[in-house]
Amino acid sequence: MMRNINKAVWWCTISALIIVPLFTGISNDKHIPDKVNAKEEVITLRVCNWEEYIDLGDWDEEELIELDNGAEIIGVNPLYEDFENWYYETYGRRVRVEYSCFGTNEDLYNQLTLGDTYDLVCPSDYMIMKLMAEDKAEPFSADFFDTGNKLNYYANGVSPYIENVFEENKINGESWKKYAACYMWGITGVLYNPEIMTEEEASTWSVFNNPKFFRQVTLKDNVRDTYFAVLGYLRADLLTSRDFLNDGNYKEKLADIMNDVTPDTIQAVEELLQDMMGNVYALETDSGKSDMVTGKIAANYQWSGDAVYAMDLAEEDNVYLKFAVPRECTNLWFDGWLMLKDGIDGNAEKKHAAEAFVNFLSRPDNAVRNMNYIGYTSAIAGSDDDGTVFSYLNWCYGAEDEDENVIEYPIGYFFSGDAEDEKYIVYAGESQIGRQLYSQYPSDEVISRASIMGYFNDEETKNINQMWINVRCFNLKDVPLAIWVVLGAVAACIIVLAVKHRYFS
Amino acid sequence: MKGFNFSRKHLGIPYGMFLTLFVAAPLFVIIYYAFTNGEGKPSLENFTGFFTSPNTIGTLFYSLSIAVVTSIVCLLLAYPVAYILARSRFKQKSVIVVMFVLPMWINFTLRITALKEILTLIEGNLAFHPFLNTIIGMTYDFLPFMILPMYTTLLKLDGSLLEAASDLGAGRFQTFIKVTLPLSVPGIVSGLVMVFLPAMTNYVVLDMLYNSTYIMGSLIGSYFSAYDWHNGSMISLILLIIILVFTLVTNKYTDDDTSRGGIL
Repeated sequence: MMRNINKAVWWCTISALIIVPLFTGISNDKHIPDKVNAKEEVITLRVCNWEEYIDLGDWDEEELIELDNGAEIIGVNPLYEDFENWYYETYGRRVRVEYSCFGTNEDLYNQLTLGDTYDLVCPSDYMIMKLMAEDKAEPFSADFFDTGNKLNYYANGVSPYIENVFEENKINGESWKKYAACYMWGITGVLYNPEIMTEEEASTWSVFNNPKFFRQVTLKDNVRDTYFAVLGYLRADLLTSRDFLNDGNYKEKLADIMNDVTPDTIQAVEELLQDMMGNVYALETDSGKSDMVTGKIAANYQWSGDAVYAMDLAEEDNVYLKFAVPRECTNLWFDGWLMLKDGIDGNAEKKHAAEAFVNFLSRPDNAVRNMNYIGYTSAIAGSDDDGTVFSYLNWCYGAEDEDENVIEYPIGYFFSGDAEDEKYIVYAGESQIGRQLYSQYPSDEVISRASIMGYFNDEETKNINQMWINVRCFNLKDVPLAIWVVLGAVAACIIVLAVKHRYFS
Repeated sequence: MKGFNFSRKHLGIPYGMFLTLFVAAPLFVIIYYAFTNGEGKPSLENFTGFFTSPNTIGTLFYSLSIAVVTSIVCLLLAYPVAYILARSRFKQKSVIVVMFVLPMWINFTLRITALKEILTLIEGNLAFHPFLNTIIGMTYDFLPFMILPMYTTLLKLDGSLLEAASDLGAGRFQTFIKVTLPLSVPGIVSGLVMVFLPAMTNYVVLDMLYNSTYIMGSLIGSYFSAYDWHNGSMISLILLIIILVFTLVTNKYTDDDTSRGGIL
C-alpha cells in the first residue's frame, strides 16, 4: 500500500515537472492577466517583423539622447512591450503582442501559405504588392488617415515624400497607401573603402566588374538585388546618356528599364553576371559588413541602412568607409506594415490595435529609438511643430565646434516636400560627405535617379530564378579534361578489380 | 487505473510519436510534391527534369566531388592517428581521444569563422581557391567523426592475431596490409558514412567560406525559396535515395559496435 502511494506521488511530481514549464512557457507574459474582467478579454496581436528590426531597449544610461528640442530619448523595454502599456493607458484595453520574426520576404510568404496567421507583417515593397495583388491585405480604416486625431502619428508624421510615393504607386488600380504604412526605407549602393578606390570608381555598377578590384568586391546573395545591379550595369550607356536624362518621362522610362524581365534581357543579364562572377569575391548577405571592416574586400553592394551600420562598426576600429550611389540609377526600397485579412478576420478591436501599433511606432520619439538602434531610416519626418526627428539628425551629424569646414546638406524634400526648404538643412562637418548622413538621407539629386523594383508575376519570377540557378550551379563543361581522364582511369580500375575478384578468387 | 500496465515497451511511445510526426509525415509530403506539378496533378516532369538538366547533374557531380575528396582526405589524416592512438602504450588514451573530440563541443559555425580568418591569413584572398577552402572546411568539421569509429575498431583488434602473424614470418608492413587493415574495414566504412553523407549537403560550410557554387543542399533551398516545392521535393527525394543506397551498400561492412562512435 505504502509503495503504491509513493509511486503515485512520484508520478504526480514528474508529470508536474514536465507539464508546468510547458504551460508557463506558452503564456510568457505573466505581467498581464489573461482576463481583466469577465467581459473584457485581452486582445492578442500577432506581429511578424524582420529580425533585428525594432528597438529592443536595454540601453545604457549614457546612451540617453538629449535633443535640442528638449526631448530625451532612451529605450528601456522592447518597443512592443511599451506599446502594450501605452495602449492600456490610452485606450483602457489590454493588448498582448505576440512578436515573431522572419528572415526573408520569401520565408514570410512561405510561412503565410503554409498556414501561419499574423495580424500585422512588415514585408518589402514587392512583397506588399504581391500580397495586395493576391487580395491578402486588409485595408486601413478611414480613421487611420484622419490627421485631426493627435494619436494618428503615422498620418501626421509620415514624410511627404514617402506619402507621395505610396500614393502614386499602384497595383491593380489601388495605391499602396490604402494597405501599407511605410516603416523603413532606403536605397542601394556601393559601400567602399576610400583608401583602395576613389569615389569616382565606386559610383557605378560597373565597379563589380572592374578588373582593378579583381576578387575584392561582393554582390548580394539574392536574385532581385543582384539582378538590379547587373541590369543597371548592362544599360549603363543608355541610363547615363544626356538624351535619356533630359527626357520628359525620365522617371517612368527609368522604372520601365529597371523592371525589364523579358526573356532576352534575362538572357543578357545572365551572360553578364556569369562574366562578373569571375571578378567578384563572393555573394554575401551579412558577412560583407565585417569583411569591409577587416579589409578582406574593397567594395560591397549594400543597402543604405546596413551601410550606416557598417560605417559605425568600422569607426570603432578606426576604419573609415564611404557609401557611393551609382550614377546610373539606384534601387529605392521600402518596408511597410501591412494588415492581413486572414489574421484580422473582421475583428474591429484587433484592427484598431494593429493600427495603433503602427501609430505607436510612428511616434517621433519611437521612430528615433528605432533609427538609433537599427541604423535604417524611418519613414517618419514628424509634424512641423514636432522637430524630434530633425533634431535627432542634428544631434547625430550636426557640425561640432572643432569642424573647420561646414557643408550645407538640404533634405527638405523628405521633411516638408520642398527640397529648398531652409528649415531643413543639416549643417554638417565636411567629413560627413559620403558617409552616414549621406546614406541615411540620400540627397535630392540621388533620389531623382532612384527606381522602385516592382513585383513580377509567377512566370517572370520563375524565369529570373532559373537565371539565378543557372549562374549558381556547377557547369560540367568547366571540368578540365585531365579530371575526366583520371575519373575514367579510376572507374576502369574498379571494374577490372571487381571482375578479377569475381572470377579468379 | 487497473487496465494500464506500465511496461518498458511504453517508454518507446514518445519516440514513436516523434518519428511519425517529424520523419514519416514530412516524407509523405515530399513524395506527394515530388510527383505533382504546379496544378497539383500527378506528373513525372520533375523526375525527368532532374536527369536532363545540366544544372542538377552538374550540382550532383560537384556535391559528389566534394564528398569524395573530403572522405579521402579525412581517411588519410584519420587512419594514422587512430592507429597510433589505439596501438600506443599510453595509459590514459581516452584523454588524447577527448582532445580530438573537444573541438566538436564548440559550435561549428564559430569554428568555421575562425578557420576563415586563418585561411585568409595564409592565402591572402579566399576567392581564389573556393574548392580547396571547402575541402579544408569540411575536413576540419568532420575529421573527429572519422577518427572515433576507426579508433574503436582498432582498439578492439585482438593483439594475438598480430603476434600470430609475426610468428608466421610476416613483416610489420605485411602484418598491417594482411591483418590490421582488413580487420579495420568496419571502422573505415562507418567513418566514411559519417563523413561522406553530410559532406554532400552541408552547404553552410560553402556559404561561410565564400564558395558561391550550389551543392545539393543549397539547390533544394533555392527552389523552396522560389516557392517551387515540386522540383525542390524531387531533388530531396533523389538525394534521399542516394543516401539510402549508400547506406545499404555500406551496411554489409559495418558491425554494430563501431557505428556508435565510441565515447560520444
